[in-house]
Amino acid sequence: MRIFLKLCPGLLLLVALLAIGIPELMAKQVGMQGEEKFWERTARFFLLQDTSVQIVVLGSTLIGISCGLIGSYVVTRKLSLFGDTLSHAVLPGIAIGFLWAESKDNIALMVGATGAGFLGVSCLTFLQKYTHVRQDSALGIVLSGFYAVGICLLTRIQKMEFGNQSGLDSFLFGQASALSVEDLWGIGCTLFIISLFILTAYKKLLITGFDLSFARSIGIRADSLQYVLWLLLAFCIITSLQAIGVILASALLIIPAVTASLLVKRMNSYLLISATLGAFAGLGGSFFSFLGQGMPTGPLIVLVSAGIFIFVLCLRPTDGLLIKWFFSRKNTLRIHRENTLKAVYQILESHDFQHQTINTQALMSKRGIDIVKCEIEIQQLINAGLATTEPRSPKLSIPGQSILSLTPMGWEYACKIVRNHRLWELYLTNEAKYAPDHVHDDAEKIEHVLGDDTIRQLEHILSNPRKDPHGKLIPSLTDMEMGNIESSPSS
Amino acid sequence: MNSLPYPIQVHDLTVSYQRKPVLYGVDLEIEAGSLVGVIGPNGAGKSTLIKTIMNMVRPNGGFVKILGKSPKAGTKHIGYVPQRESVDWEFPVTVMDVVLMGRYGHLGWFGRISKADKKMAHECLEKVDMLSYGNRQIGNLSGGQQQRVFLARALAQESSIYLMDEPFVGVDAVTEKTIVSILKSMQQSGKTLVIVHHDLATAKNYFDHLLLLNMRKIAYGPTPKVFTEELLQKTYGGRLTVFSEMASQAAKQPEIEAAKTIGE
Repeated sequence: MRIFLKLCPGLLLLVALLAIGIPELMAKQVGMQGEEKFWERTARFFLLQDTSVQIVVLGSTLIGISCGLIGSYVVTRKLSLFGDTLSHAVLPGIAIGFLWAESKDNIALMVGATGAGFLGVSCLTFLQKYTHVRQDSALGIVLSGFYAVGICLLTRIQKMEFGNQSGLDSFLFGQASALSVEDLWGIGCTLFIISLFILTAYKKLLITGFDLSFARSIGIRADSLQYVLWLLLAFCIITSLQAIGVILASALLIIPAVTASLLVKRMNSYLLISATLGAFAGLGGSFFSFLGQGMPTGPLIVLVSAGIFIFVLCLRPTDGLLIKWFFSRKNTLRIHRENTLKAVYQILESHDFQHQTINTQALMSKRGIDIVKCEIEIQQLINAGLATTEPRSPKLSIPGQSILSLTPMGWEYACKIVRNHRLWELYLTNEAKYAPDHVHDDAEKIEHVLGDDTIRQLEHILSNPRKDPHGKLIPSLTDMEMGNIESSPSS
Repeated sequence: MNSLPYPIQVHDLTVSYQRKPVLYGVDLEIEAGSLVGVIGPNGAGKSTLIKTIMNMVRPNGGFVKILGKSPKAGTKHIGYVPQRESVDWEFPVTVMDVVLMGRYGHLGWFGRISKADKKMAHECLEKVDMLSYGNRQIGNLSGGQQQRVFLARALAQESSIYLMDEPFVGVDAVTEKTIVSILKSMQQSGKTLVIVHHDLATAKNYFDHLLLLNMRKIAYGPTPKVFTEELLQKTYGGRLTVFSEMASQAAKQPEIEAAKTIGE
């Protein structure tokens, strides 16, 4: 976790570079005509000027929504690897469909893919029911086995005479620009059925996902619900293959849904966010693919959704990694400042508050740090308005040779910290019965987190003590006012 | 026999997992309005008995009747509280969502949750002292709080029979007291409750009937009668070795098993 926190700025930089870099790269790729061409193509994509662009935009957005919706159920039911297996398992079906129709006939491909997907799931069920092979291993076997068959068949096809312009390799990595109007119909129908299913069975899906045995006990047919979900998952994958490809299809199911899981705590908003992010990813991926003129869409879709995921992971409210890092850094700085102030106080105290200033050398040896760190700490006090410095003599301004005095605000703060420390030590010895030589280390940590309320409470329990276990004064506001301890030069 | 059917009747029930018998020839008749504790050592078949009554596990022999009906028709009269670990606590639902699930049995396919359902869920959460947590995601609760949410869901079901699987596991002392007092008030309003329990020390005070189980029914009856040293010794003092060996042998013979199902 800590390492990750340290990596965080770097990661963010990477994302930023990617964000800037991709259009640059595209411009170069498109690039014989240079920069204008890039903007021209961008405009052409978003103004939806020609039909092919319209199909791509509509298709990839709808695919994103379908995958986002089904993906929510895949992720919350821990079926991520199942989705991946299913998407790889349909590949041999696509190849066989092509061999059978001897061309890229949509119906044949669809039938082949569905059959292969069904066979894949049957293999999984068989392995689980009748053997001792563990689930993750079974998924691995089926995934790689079916995929291998698919690759062999595809290679054969490419060597046949009708296979040359088959364009079947777009099923491997995805090619949104190859989407046809018939594809669009398939995508639309799938989305419609998925939405209808979720709308009607929302509650049943919720309850079977959360608590299967309870769901069964109130008479929900969890198994048939599961099968419908699998079937829709299969359709969702098959219809999106043209755009995203077999290899990365599961990414669009998983990444938007996981991103949503970082943000929300209820299923309905989960679905909404996941679908929106899915649409974004689909659209973004096909846009970059369009700019890149034939770059495979699948990887680009994955990059866009992974980019969104990293962004959300770092910057989501309260729990974002970057936000956390920022607060922990702020805290560390505060603790440093408080320790410096305490050291200043203790130096002044060791001279019975005869002087109102200290020199840097004294602070260095008290804190046990070198001159560079000491200068940094002093600078931080000055920045926070807690201290001022002046050179030891007006002529000489050597680093580490200056004289430090606390401002009234710094003085009050220092007293507060010392007070916290000593009150806590006293509390530990008097109330928690610690030995006096055991309390210092604990107080070193606690002094920074004691709030005003706790201090009031401690004062009450200990009935406003004056001395700590080591016999030193516990400084209070009244002490400062009464002159029991000398205040530093007030303004 | 009573004129009214027993809430739960189990007759000569035998259940085995992968040919290993877990329950063997169990007879049980639970009367309406009892608060029954099911106790026995680990692996005695306590959860299996509950699951078989709930029709989640198929018996090899014997039968279960719920209010005189077959389990398939009868389970909807039962409020079931599964073991806490059997649930995915990271699931994106809030406490209120979970309690409302108790009302789902009363809704149809397109049934919407009515205001009355919501009010009811509210009251149930209040009864278990969890009302202020209604909007929390369930993953942010302690073990005791999770169990209370389960209890609230069971209350929202308004069933006449309740089966609970180890509701006191991983629960703090305060929650345990709350749960017991709620169980007792449920019993007073005429519900029948069967609760799997693991702690012998408290069993005596919590339940008015006890079922001592160790693969077989050792004893069933009112707590003072059953909670005797002799019977407890019989339940916990090692298995009946010869008996369990023979039972495993018998279960491995397919023809015996087949004969049994035909005989039924």
